[in-house]
Amino acid sequence: MSTLVQPEIPFVSAAEDRIAAATQLELTWWRFRKHRLAVVSGIVVILFYLIVIFADFLAVTPPHSTDAARSYIPPQAVHWFDQDGSFKPHVYALKGRRDLRTFKLHYAPDPTDRRYLVWFAEGYTYRLFGIFETKTHIIGLDRGVPEDALFLLGTDQLGRDVWSRLMLATRTSLTIGLVGVGLSLFLGILLGGISGLYGGAIDTVIQRVIEILRSIPTIPLWLGLAAALPNTWSVTQVYIAITVIISLIGWTELARVVRGRFLALREEDFIMAAELAGASRLRIIFRHMVPSFLSHIIAAVSLALPAMIISETTLSFLGLGLRPPAISWGVLLQDAQNLQAIAIAPWLLLVAVPVVIVILACSFLGDGLRDAADP
Amino acid sequence: MLTYILQRLGLALVTIWAISVISFVIIQLPPGDFVDAYIANLSASGSMVSQQEAQALRQLYGLDQAVWVQYWKWISRVVQGDFGPSMEWGRPVTEVIGDRLWLTVVVSIAAILVTWGIALPIGIYSAVRQYSVADYGFTLIGFIGLAVPNFLLALVIMYFGFVLFDLNVGGLFSAEYQLAPWSWGKTLDLIRHLPLPAMILALSGTAQLIRIMRANLLDELRRPYVATARARGLAEWRVIVKYPVRAALNPFASTIGYLLPFVVSGSIVISVVLSLPTVGPVLLRALVAQDMFLAGAIVLLLGVLTVVGTFISDLILMWIDPRIRAGIHG
Repeated sequence: MSTLVQPEIPFVSAAEDRIAAATQLELTWWRFRKHRLAVVSGIVVILFYLIVIFADFLAVTPPHSTDAARSYIPPQAVHWFDQDGSFKPHVYALKGRRDLRTFKLHYAPDPTDRRYLVWFAEGYTYRLFGIFETKTHIIGLDRGVPEDALFLLGTDQLGRDVWSRLMLATRTSLTIGLVGVGLSLFLGILLGGISGLYGGAIDTVIQRVIEILRSIPTIPLWLGLAAALPNTWSVTQVYIAITVIISLIGWTELARVVRGRFLALREEDFIMAAELAGASRLRIIFRHMVPSFLSHIIAAVSLALPAMIISETTLSFLGLGLRPPAISWGVLLQDAQNLQAIAIAPWLLLVAVPVVIVILACSFLGDGLRDAADP
Repeated sequence: MLTYILQRLGLALVTIWAISVISFVIIQLPPGDFVDAYIANLSASGSMVSQQEAQALRQLYGLDQAVWVQYWKWISRVVQGDFGPSMEWGRPVTEVIGDRLWLTVVVSIAAILVTWGIALPIGIYSAVRQYSVADYGFTLIGFIGLAVPNFLLALVIMYFGFVLFDLNVGGLFSAEYQLAPWSWGKTLDLIRHLPLPAMILALSGTAQLIRIMRANLLDELRRPYVATARARGLAEWRVIVKYPVRAALNPFASTIGYLLPFVVSGSIVISVVLSLPTVGPVLLRALVAQDMFLAGAIVLLLGVLTVVGTFISDLILMWIDPRIRAGIHG
């Protein structure tokens, strides 16, 4: 329909030439680059996924190593400059002293015992990418093991290092989000595509199912399903089951987007042209339709990610999602569930900061992508 | 108009049926039938169940028959208001739930009212003063509300309430009213405790509503009738409030359909954190202890109440939007 209004351009400049020849994705990318906030958010999301890849490298102590003597140590101050003013980051080793009246253990930094931070130090053994066995971690100490002296974000009740656990939790929570979105996307494209492509009775049925699913409160449903997972299941089994449960209910929004695009595209001239040219149905879908709404899908995915992350965190927080020894944001926040815990160890709430940042970044990124895909 | 009502009613009934099936599935999910669990539970607490008693229970719920017969027996008892026994509490489920269901409803409705109360003026302001500093500020706050999971917000507020004001924010009643029968004073006490949970629940839903309101109002403000009203010399606030806001309000009411499930879900979570006497903590405990009749009943009741609420909002929508009444979609 827009072909009639488009004016003839007599002299085509190089730039216009580029625009005319650009694919849908390239156009979207150019528009996206103009959204500052979205670009910054995109970088933040990429950084977080780098943490996912290098979680063990960024951790400094084995995340499961417990020690009652290190219980509830507050976050430690890092001193950047040495006495002579040279740049030598170090921390003070802690000296525990028991209060003989209350029998509570108090920790005091000992300024005479300086431990200097070392880049790429040796620590516990792990497998990078699950393949290469290595001991290198991003930082360590020049003397002693980091378990005894390095508490960047403090420790929890069992004396586990919050920083190291946070790194591994990021890996779990963000991959669950991604896998969950992947599953939802599969269901969404399949059912939304069928719905939009065939229309008629099958469309009505799928639309009603979506409406019904959307009108049921999700948390009670998730809780009910998650509670049925046997206690004997391993961490991996629970992980897979929780991902499936979350995506079983999360696909509706993606299906709606896909169906809407299919409906809109069905009427487009270029689809008609492809049909008249004798292209097969599959070719039309994958060669002509999907590329033109790929950017919508990407936007929908990045908007669906926060919902997935919140779902997993909430379920685990309530104790019906991932269970220890699994480490996820929800599991970590479970330690801060009651007032007593956060009154004694407020730093346990720090885990909330990356949760909020990731969710915000994904939302801004998704918004920017959506605007870019659909100007 | 009648077709519209019937259509919505039909969908509501189908949804309720679907919810009942899901609740039944949840009851059935744990391994073994519930009589086994019941007996195990009772013997753990010392009392014994005779073989006869167990057989009677099995017969009552048709556990030896096909699944759909079991479903039918269960649902026909539920319709009569009998949700079965709660194993953990040793009392009928209806007694355990009691007031808690209504308190859940009260908290949810309060949250929706607060959501509207915040979103409406801010939405109008953001549209009228588009791209102003306050517009950006509200958008940012809304986004943060969207990004912070309910339970986190509750935790943080609880922490600051404790640190800054030495308050124990939690519960819906003061200590002296906790077990007291309903009275005027208890109701007032409830109203005093409501704003905090309502605000926490509202914040996450507000962002979306503000953006819907803002977008709708911006569309309306560009219409020629607004220019006409201005040209005729109407006061600016009247130009805005009398016509465009009213037109922009329609989708506002329709959002209750998605807002309600969202708020009910949220209320479960924050009730656990703030220890509110709603069905939330009971549901969680029931699920952990595999007290399945209680859990199934709560899932069913919450779902049904949500559907009923959505249906009522459809009726309200029809009442305020003449286009729907006339059967015009658009």
